[in-house]
Amino acid sequence: MNYITIDSKRVPIEGEKNVLSLIRKIGIDLPTFCYHSELSIYGACRMCVVEDERGNIFASCSEQPRPGMVIYTNTKRVQAYRKMIIELLLSSHCRDCTTCQKNGSCSLQDLAFRVGVHAVRFLNNKKQLPLDMSSPSIVRDPNKCILCGDCVRTCDEIQAVGAIDFAYRGSETQVMPAFNKTLAETDCVGCGQCAVVCPTAAISVRTNVTQVWNAIDDPNVRVVAQIAPAVRIAVGDSFNIAKGENSFGKLVAALRFMGFDSIYDTSFAADLTVMEESKELAERLEKNEKLPLFTSCCPGWVKFCESRYPEFANNISTCRSPQGMFSPLLKEYFKEKDTEEGKKTIVVSIMPCTAKKGEILRSDNYTDGQQDTDYVLTTQEIIRMIKQVGIRFDQLEEEAADMPFAVASGGGKIFGTTGGVTEAVLRRLATDKNYKNLEEISYIGVRGEDTLKEASVMLGDREVKIAVVHGLAATAKLLDRIKANEVSYDFVEVMACRRGCIMGGGQPPFAGARTRKSRMEGIYKVDTSSNIRYPDENPVLIQMYDTMLKGKEHKLFHRNMQH
Amino acid sequence: MILNTREDLRLYRTQSQNKMKKEDCRILICAGTGCLAGGSAKIYESLKKMSADIEGVSLEFGPEAAHVGVHQSGCHGFCEMGPLVRIEPWNYLYIKVKEEDCEEIFQKTILKGEPVERLMYQQEGKVYPQQETIPFYAKQTRLVLKNCGHINAEDIEEYIACGGYEALEKVLFEMSGADVIEEILKSNLRGRGGGGFQTGYKWKQVARQPEQIRYIVCNGDEGDPGAFMDRSVMEGDPHKMLEGMVIAGYAVGAQEGYIYVRAEYPLAIKRLKIAIKQAEEAGLLGDNILGSGYSFRLHINRGAGAFVCGEGSALTASIEGERGMPRTKPPRTVEQGLFAKPTVLNNVETYANVPLIIKNGADWYLTIGTQGSPGTKAFALTGSVKNTGLIEVPMGTSLREIVFEIGGGIKNDADFKAVQIGGPSGGCLVTKDLDVNLDFDSLKKLGAMIGSGGLVVMDEGTCMVEVARFFMNFTQNESCGKCVPCREGTKRMLEVLERIVAGNGSLEDLSLLEELGDVISATALCGLGKSAALPVLSTLKNFHEEYVEHVEEKKCKTANCQAMRTYIINPDMCKGCSKCARNCPVNAINGQIKEVYTIDSIKCIKCGACLDNCPFNAIYIAG
Repeated sequence: MNYITIDSKRVPIEGEKNVLSLIRKIGIDLPTFCYHSELSIYGACRMCVVEDERGNIFASCSEQPRPGMVIYTNTKRVQAYRKMIIELLLSSHCRDCTTCQKNGSCSLQDLAFRVGVHAVRFLNNKKQLPLDMSSPSIVRDPNKCILCGDCVRTCDEIQAVGAIDFAYRGSETQVMPAFNKTLAETDCVGCGQCAVVCPTAAISVRTNVTQVWNAIDDPNVRVVAQIAPAVRIAVGDSFNIAKGENSFGKLVAALRFMGFDSIYDTSFAADLTVMEESKELAERLEKNEKLPLFTSCCPGWVKFCESRYPEFANNISTCRSPQGMFSPLLKEYFKEKDTEEGKKTIVVSIMPCTAKKGEILRSDNYTDGQQDTDYVLTTQEIIRMIKQVGIRFDQLEEEAADMPFAVASGGGKIFGTTGGVTEAVLRRLATDKNYKNLEEISYIGVRGEDTLKEASVMLGDREVKIAVVHGLAATAKLLDRIKANEVSYDFVEVMACRRGCIMGGGQPPFAGARTRKSRMEGIYKVDTSSNIRYPDENPVLIQMYDTMLKGKEHKLFHRNMQH
Repeated sequence: MILNTREDLRLYRTQSQNKMKKEDCRILICAGTGCLAGGSAKIYESLKKMSADIEGVSLEFGPEAAHVGVHQSGCHGFCEMGPLVRIEPWNYLYIKVKEEDCEEIFQKTILKGEPVERLMYQQEGKVYPQQETIPFYAKQTRLVLKNCGHINAEDIEEYIACGGYEALEKVLFEMSGADVIEEILKSNLRGRGGGGFQTGYKWKQVARQPEQIRYIVCNGDEGDPGAFMDRSVMEGDPHKMLEGMVIAGYAVGAQEGYIYVRAEYPLAIKRLKIAIKQAEEAGLLGDNILGSGYSFRLHINRGAGAFVCGEGSALTASIEGERGMPRTKPPRTVEQGLFAKPTVLNNVETYANVPLIIKNGADWYLTIGTQGSPGTKAFALTGSVKNTGLIEVPMGTSLREIVFEIGGGIKNDADFKAVQIGGPSGGCLVTKDLDVNLDFDSLKKLGAMIGSGGLVVMDEGTCMVEVARFFMNFTQNESCGKCVPCREGTKRMLEVLERIVAGNGSLEDLSLLEELGDVISATALCGLGKSAALPVLSTLKNFHEEYVEHVEEKKCKTANCQAMRTYIINPDMCKGCSKCARNCPVNAINGQIKEVYTIDSIKCIKCGACLDNCPFNAIYIAG
């Protein structure tokens, strides 16, 4: 009798760890705030309470299924309890929904409507607390926090950063950095995963929408956009486009409509990164020094390494990230034209990432004393801008990006998911640029959701050992093992966010398992439908290396590291 | 000196007993927290100094030669009458002793063996010279508290002389771990911390875990307002608890234990530290105890003042250095407790029961108390009762016996109204419950709980709405803030109660209280949250008319609720001195010199300044 009875329906127990999973398995969307399948069980919101046949009430998230259990998910009692819990939450919560960033995508708002709370009988007498605006990536608004602790556990369990935790107690409890510090004073890497899991607007993306509109409206400013690979498969989410579908062409059209002067594909710069990083790898392998080479595309990872594992900082590739390479290149490209036209070029990069907002402020992302990238807009922000203008995104005709930086290989496009950078580098290193090799590389073991993936390839007569890791907690574990000499690698790709940029902190939140899957499939589909698959076969790139870029590679593409 | 074998311990016990016997006159000055605050340290110094001349020297007084031993003991329990001094062999108990009394005590009792009658307890004209005959003590069964007040709590020798560590000896050399668990199971010892869970069963579950590293944890985070049973044991007889912990460790195969004591108990911490040090030096703690091959170490952890850390999972989190917040179960503490290892978590009184059971056998233990709840229970008797203090009675004793016989009845012979049992997690018992036998199961049926053992007695002058507000204020302050019902619900319940005592409540508020109480009790995460609403729900049930009076008539008949008081000047007594009017901060009192003054009740802010200042007692409060 290995089943439990939920609302008179028999449900087989198939290894589920808690009753809630069984309830959801049969299609009942029992509401929760603090339950996440990838986080530890916290049991604080009490929304998932159910009643058993003896009238006992318990939270289904933390109850082990026992064969023969009989539970009811929607009795009058539990409905009343859920309603009261929401009423209590709302009683201490800012209720300015219409002007809230999260209006329309707020779980509290949604559940209040679902359980039917139409009035709150208590006065909100909570003291207004100041916002933490210290981080370039995220904003913390304690007034909107419902203390579900999702952010705390994400930061600690998934990212091993632990920048925030609970402080004070009882109804004074707050989620904040220790000792009343601001986020900027902590080791926060800006990955924004806390904002992704936040059910309300207590932690949200720090927005630059206003500055970008101002730049667009300024006739003396040339606003140039670059669009990162992972944006194209998520931007359509909000516009009735199938999950994971490539909306790059529509996004280009939308940006033109909004007034961007030139629009480019960051994947071009990803190709550049592959070229530079492969060169660096080959050099290091030859000299057998500073190995493993760690990738440098992910600013969350770079910051994490610098603060927590400084001993590995010199192992990180000196290459700038694709964003960091592209912006100075674009400014270089427009330099003469700017002088001629008396204009100033501003680079706006459209990214799936909140940490990129911090990356552009780093001194190693400055060229000739000038900040290379002026603004970073996340996918969420660009969606908001499109909505602001009223563009019917799903009905747009697809348009191509501007030349010459519209051409990019499939290798540069899979940067958006974990293992993508590695796969692209392997393509670069492959001697025969044929279809068979492409297939072989894709099966080498760098694709998929496993937090740590390992592979090895022969480079000449040398075996090159590769690791691909995503999520900083998994990364920290790997670094500890490297430090303890338990494992050794030549090349390690790190992405701070689980599953890579497709699940970045700036992407539309609340992506469930199906969305995650379709985003990953989407990005590989973008690759297979590309005309060029090998980064080193990008004709524009080859030509540029011979002309415009000659002698400038180091200045434009590498971080001026203090070695 | 290290005791390497069982024989060493036995020899040491005989020596200690002889040493104690040599003290023909033993003076035990209570050094519990209460008596110390009453100045007992000075009494100790004074008597010690006076007796110094004769200590260890033969001195003729009465028929025999005597050695005098002056000791600071733990709490004697009769806190109402402190500071207390007990003098053996006559067992005189001197109450409310002051430093100036020492000279007389020395001259009369110590030198001549004569009683000082004026320092003795008197009730209804009768003088009770011996401690044991005083009704407060005569009605008690002191097993766990037996040594409290009778031995020097800072001297392991005295504990050993009184049969201490005999149980450990028996366990180490005559019993297996399974035998010990069997014996505790048989005794049906139930956890004294409130839940009443079977101790033996808990141990058994820990013992059968596959993980071999196990911990013994003692919950000494006694946080209920008005409860001090555990403190008294830790201060008065710390070795009894330590012995219980070592036995528990042996039974389940643990090598290490932690005692979690609240930081507000500095004396308990000091005495525990001394006890641990002495036990280690004697070889009764540490490696290879008494040469048996069994090793056990103990650590002390101080709490930082959070009530919630008395909850098991919050307590273990706090020891680990984490924020003290309860977590969801499973896994339970017996599976994954401290440092995620199988853990025995019991409270002070439970561990202190263990040596008694082992020494005298489970069958003996089962003869005390009731069938379902054998043994005794210590209670902290406080509130409007004549004899406040620490008491110990067999389980199943009626509330009437406790309040009226041991407690001596209600202060000022007022009428009994209720008893709040189990602190902020408990409920109230009323007149109709006076003859209920107090044990775990009977109280549960009444919607109350023994809890850790706080008994707050209330007389007819107590406003039950205010009592509910008081406890809700406590719980709300102490909520850890994790789960929504407790964090937000207690806050809102407190708001409603504050509104009611301020005279702004409505009938809807009463149903709102019931609704909130139901949600919190049913859905809160931890035991503390689930019981947070009990004081309110139980007073709402038992004193509903009092609530209704507050919200409908805006009247508090006990005049406890400040906002509902009316200050009235009795015209027959007012002499027209104008002092009240001059002291009124809001000029609410009008009148002419030498004529009767009147209070404008609309302007009045009920501060009571007029009443305090009236030289003729002409002002009274109407509820």
